[in-house]
Amino acid sequence: MHRWLLRGLGLGYLAMLLAAPVGVVFWRAFEHGIGPAWDAVTTPDARHAFYLTVLIAAIAVPANTVFGVVCAIAIVRRRFPGKGIVNALVDLPLALSPVVVGLAFLLLYGRGGWFGSWVSDHGIQVVFALPGMVLATIFVSLPFVVREVVPVLREIGTEQEQAASTLGASPLQTFARITLPSIRWAVAYGVVLTTARALGEFGAVSVVSGHIVGKTETLTLHVEERYQSFDYVGAYAAAVVLAMLAIGTLLAMSVFRPKEATR
Amino acid sequence: MAIVAQSVTKRFGSFTALDDVSIEVRDGSLTALLGPSGSGKSTLLRVISGLERPDSGRVLIEGADLTRQPPQKRGVGFVFQHYAAFKHMTVRENVAFGLKIRKQPRAEIRDRVAELLELVQLAGLADRYPAQLSGGQRQRMALARALAVEPKVLLLDEPFGALDARVRKELRAWLRRLHDEVHVTTIFVTHDQEEAMEIADQIVLMNRGRVEQVGGPRELYEEPQNEFVMTFVGPVNRLGDEFVRPHDIELRLEPNGESERATVERVVHLGFEVRVELRLDDGRELHAQVTREECERLEIAPGAEVFVRPRHTRVFA
Amino acid sequence: MGLATAYLSLIVLLPLAAVTWKAAKSGRTGFWQVVSDPQAVSALKLTLVVSVAVCAINAVMGTVIAWILVRDRFPGQGAVNAIIDLPFALPTIVAGLTLLTLYGPRGPAGVNVAFTRTAVLLALLFVTLPFVIRTVQPVLLELDRDMEEAAASLGAGSFAIFRRIVFPNLFPAILSGVALAFARAIGEFGSVVLISGNLPFKTEVASVYIFGRIESGDAAGAAAESVVLLVITFGVLLAIGTLRRWTTRHDRA
Repeated sequence: MHRWLLRGLGLGYLAMLLAAPVGVVFWRAFEHGIGPAWDAVTTPDARHAFYLTVLIAAIAVPANTVFGVVCAIAIVRRRFPGKGIVNALVDLPLALSPVVVGLAFLLLYGRGGWFGSWVSDHGIQVVFALPGMVLATIFVSLPFVVREVVPVLREIGTEQEQAASTLGASPLQTFARITLPSIRWAVAYGVVLTTARALGEFGAVSVVSGHIVGKTETLTLHVEERYQSFDYVGAYAAAVVLAMLAIGTLLAMSVFRPKEATR
Repeated sequence: MAIVAQSVTKRFGSFTALDDVSIEVRDGSLTALLGPSGSGKSTLLRVISGLERPDSGRVLIEGADLTRQPPQKRGVGFVFQHYAAFKHMTVRENVAFGLKIRKQPRAEIRDRVAELLELVQLAGLADRYPAQLSGGQRQRMALARALAVEPKVLLLDEPFGALDARVRKELRAWLRRLHDEVHVTTIFVTHDQEEAMEIADQIVLMNRGRVEQVGGPRELYEEPQNEFVMTFVGPVNRLGDEFVRPHDIELRLEPNGESERATVERVVHLGFEVRVELRLDDGRELHAQVTREECERLEIAPGAEVFVRPRHTRVFA
Repeated sequence: MGLATAYLSLIVLLPLAAVTWKAAKSGRTGFWQVVSDPQAVSALKLTLVVSVAVCAINAVMGTVIAWILVRDRFPGQGAVNAIIDLPFALPTIVAGLTLLTLYGPRGPAGVNVAFTRTAVLLALLFVTLPFVIRTVQPVLLELDRDMEEAAASLGAGSFAIFRRIVFPNLFPAILSGVALAFARAIGEFGSVVLISGNLPFKTEVASVYIFGRIESGDAAGAAAESVVLLVITFGVLLAIGTLRRWTTRHDRA
């Protein structure tokens, strides 16, 4: 029967491409026991990398969430010239290679860049330091909240908001009591996607950070650095931490997913 | 007999849709499967078409037992309530579909499609897409599509249910005329008794998975076999165990014999007919149906006193 | 609204402008020199060929997987549906590491594709997995089963039904997924970096080449190649978008 053929083909492909590889990483990380893995992941460098990753996400995600909601409302509910362009621009970060993103920020804020002199005159270090990494991460994780909220806002329509205003609510009250609650699941899902992207960013941050070990390395950069230094246990252990964060993200995605995608 | 269903039973989980149902449909006739929601009429139609498999029973089409055959092999044409138009194909391509599947020569397909589009009066819209047609036009296209492959039997599942009232009436009459021209054995499902009464040769009235009565429209109306049939097929007054049709209630200004006194509560003018809502002395309510002239002649108005006598009543065991 | 647009231009437009400017600054000849460098051309060619292959494979496998998730029923279906998003959730470097572990030199399966073009293909297949699946699923869910039943009543067998009824209605969604997958594949970096070995002229993709140029201090070269990549991406997206609009012309009443 066709059914078994399709099932075998589809599930086999997924097993080979997704399940098996991830399983093997867990195996390799704990091959020599939990002890060495734990040690590898609690070195000062590893800890700093973890801390930096979380810090960057903690800045980028709220910023993009606020922006995302405001932007979605502007796109769906307001008229303004160039709306189509704004819509396309929001999707731009998804089409750009992360390396190109990193390059762009170097060109803007690095020595000799457009804002390079302004920045160094003010004593701020952007590239090869935290601010640059934050900016790059904000860029690549920009679209998610907007893209999740826009269709929901469109579908809800304006009737409830209109009803609220006829009942005397100010725009701010309407926003807080009517609009925001009606989009909260879309926002939650968008936040999950944004966080996953921010935590997992590699290419752009690699270019912008200069990967200074112990200072400008995120956990993802740390994985690469350990691997290139032949510290495989260290690399796998850090990878496992990231994989567990990813699985947590997957669970959160399943919970907040807007549409039913199977039955 | 063009179509025979024998002792068909079909269950969905714990719900019995069809309970030992048997019907016979004459060759060339237009039969209605009539009943309320959940009566099993659509399920029966789908079993006949092969889109559902019965749990037990047989389906014979022109004498051949086709119970185990898939819909592709039954030679039935099926028309859906929501048209099931192939939205990515033009009207012409929709109608040609069955012929293309049978790998008929191009020229023949072209001619046959043109002929059918003429028949259903869609000739000028052949290159449009279904999204550009009205509901009535889409349904006519669906009919042409089903007829293209010269089915032995044409099955329509609430074909006019998704259309508004005026279009529904037009298409209903149009279907009858089409049937008279094309003579394909046709079964259609409806919950609208007016529709069934108006165009069917034979009505199969169903309720809760069973057949209540089979007969022509007149037979069902004048000789109902049970309470359900009588109340479903036309308006009815219930007086204890007796059932009376509103037009069988005689109104007079003077008492005579068994007539009872009643007060007129409300008079509703429905075009040609007038419905008179009455209350008997003992508090029971009735409604009668009279013509405009009678209403004027008897000067029926709210508050007036009249005497009522039922002409025919029926009692069911 | 003003705030949103200001934020947007600051974050999105400026970087793009900076790259384009830098590429333009070297003038027409300078640009051409960089871009026709054999190593650059080789990297670009590899990237394009593998990206196209990946899109083709995804178009087929993505539809298959979407089909079994929507039309089939089996135990663990919900878990499989969730795991599809793993490439979205997993950092690219970790993705590369996992593939390297299983299909690399010390992999338990005995298969070793490290430092080959197959490795690049594998990495890109991983990161683009969800795109076609997620665009096809909702369309498949919404598809009017009546059309398939009508086709059956008209004599079409299951394959004919798929070919003539289901597939034409899925095609626009497949195209959307392919567009997203292409844009992702062509710029992918993190997952390719470990497993491909980045051997120039052999397994070096465009993004790695650009990275190399940056590390060597040749920002102009990097910018030039970036612009080429951007132009190709936008060109392809535009083409796919147009094709998609043409295939859905029947929807506009």
